[in-house]
Amino acid sequence: MIAVVDYGRGNLFSIGNALRFLEIPYTLAENPEQILLAERVLLPGVGAFGDAMNGLTSRHFIEPLIEVARRGTPLLGICLGMQILAESSDEFGGHSGLGLIPGHVIRLPAGNAEDSERIPNIGWRKLHFRSPVSEPFDAVGDQKQSVYFLHSYGFFPAAASDIVATTSFNGAAPAAIVRRGNVVGYQFHPEKSGAYGLELFRAFMSIR
Amino acid sequence: MPSLRIIPRLDVKGENVVKGIHLEGLRVIGKPGDLAQRYYADGADELIFMDIVASLYGRNNILSVVEAAAKNIFVPMTVGGGIRSLEDVKAVLRSGADKVAINTAAIARPQFLREAAEAFGSQCVVLSVEAKRRGVGQWEALTDNGRERTGREVLQWVEEAASLGIGEVLLTSVDQEGTKKGLDLDLIAAVTRRVPVPVVACGGVGGVADIENGINRGVLSGVACASIFHYGILPLSALKQGLRSLGREVRL
Repeated sequence: MIAVVDYGRGNLFSIGNALRFLEIPYTLAENPEQILLAERVLLPGVGAFGDAMNGLTSRHFIEPLIEVARRGTPLLGICLGMQILAESSDEFGGHSGLGLIPGHVIRLPAGNAEDSERIPNIGWRKLHFRSPVSEPFDAVGDQKQSVYFLHSYGFFPAAASDIVATTSFNGAAPAAIVRRGNVVGYQFHPEKSGAYGLELFRAFMSIR
Repeated sequence: MPSLRIIPRLDVKGENVVKGIHLEGLRVIGKPGDLAQRYYADGADELIFMDIVASLYGRNNILSVVEAAAKNIFVPMTVGGGIRSLEDVKAVLRSGADKVAINTAAIARPQFLREAAEAFGSQCVVLSVEAKRRGVGQWEALTDNGRERTGREVLQWVEEAASLGIGEVLLTSVDQEGTKKGLDLDLIAAVTRRVPVPVVACGGVGGVADIENGINRGVLSGVACASIFHYGILPLSALKQGLRSLGREVRL
């Protein structure tokens, strides 16, 4: 069973709707045991980094998440849930993350020109896949489709090998999809990215 | 650049989607669930549901509409109308919406915007502005779907709101709304220069050229349309094809 981590900080309802539509059974993990027992873990996240880490800490979810990542359980972080996989974030004074994927989360760069891209980054963008595209993303990686982003901070992993795809923002290339073994992150919202977003949910489900 | 977002706007009154001119003289268009599904299938980049009587009567019957729509529609949804408290924001987000559009409650107490942004993140707080032209380069912010005057000057108001942590502005021209005679271009030019956050323009789109004119006057992140889709003047997919043929980046 796939466990969607409920720590009071995510759009669980939209993710639940997408999983139901895809006929993927799931439970909401409301205690550490439910995370440890899951075959797959989905970590949503909306809002501020520090607040999200507080939510995970107060529910004693930090250790179980690190434990399932270590033992090879497929783990998908979505949006802020992906950023939490990083070592740290600059957001509101700086916070430590789960440290599952080396690298840092920093504010998206502001542009100087009048027509610069605006923060938050809201809207549909294409994914730039880093070649060679490995499975399961090779099946979806050559499509010229867009996904929906909604964020003000970006994750810049330390190792290029952890980056599956990037997006572009005022000349920078924040990560759009990260992966280190069984640990995966989507910066965009697959549950809000139409039919292509649903395909990317399926792609995660095929990771063993 | 992200694609220009084309966003159908559904003004909901009771069980129906309605549409008027200058936010008045409302006609019933159809059921919100049916229209939302059609527009999603047609390529809508987002959907806006505006409960146009909630500010008057203080109810939020729109939640069940959004909850039902969210089961089969996988693009972002913004809900506005009658959102007055953090509890209201929470209830709307729990129904499956991604963003809340706030107008009346923010005018009454601007700090509400900051409280909502801090509790749920800037990304979900949209300032809804109903702008009524009062002279050259001057607009007054109205509330309650254009029924109430506030005396607030729009350009000062959006600047203040932007400093309170909003993530986006939904900018409706009451003068152009429902007319299909084009966006208020001066308003777009003035507001997009005043605020650093994304701006979605609404009110007056009757064709591809109206959107093209809007983009040329300010950095628009999206355009919200109603009549053009409700009355079948131009289907959403055709509108996007038209923009694509002009070299605009849109999601097809």
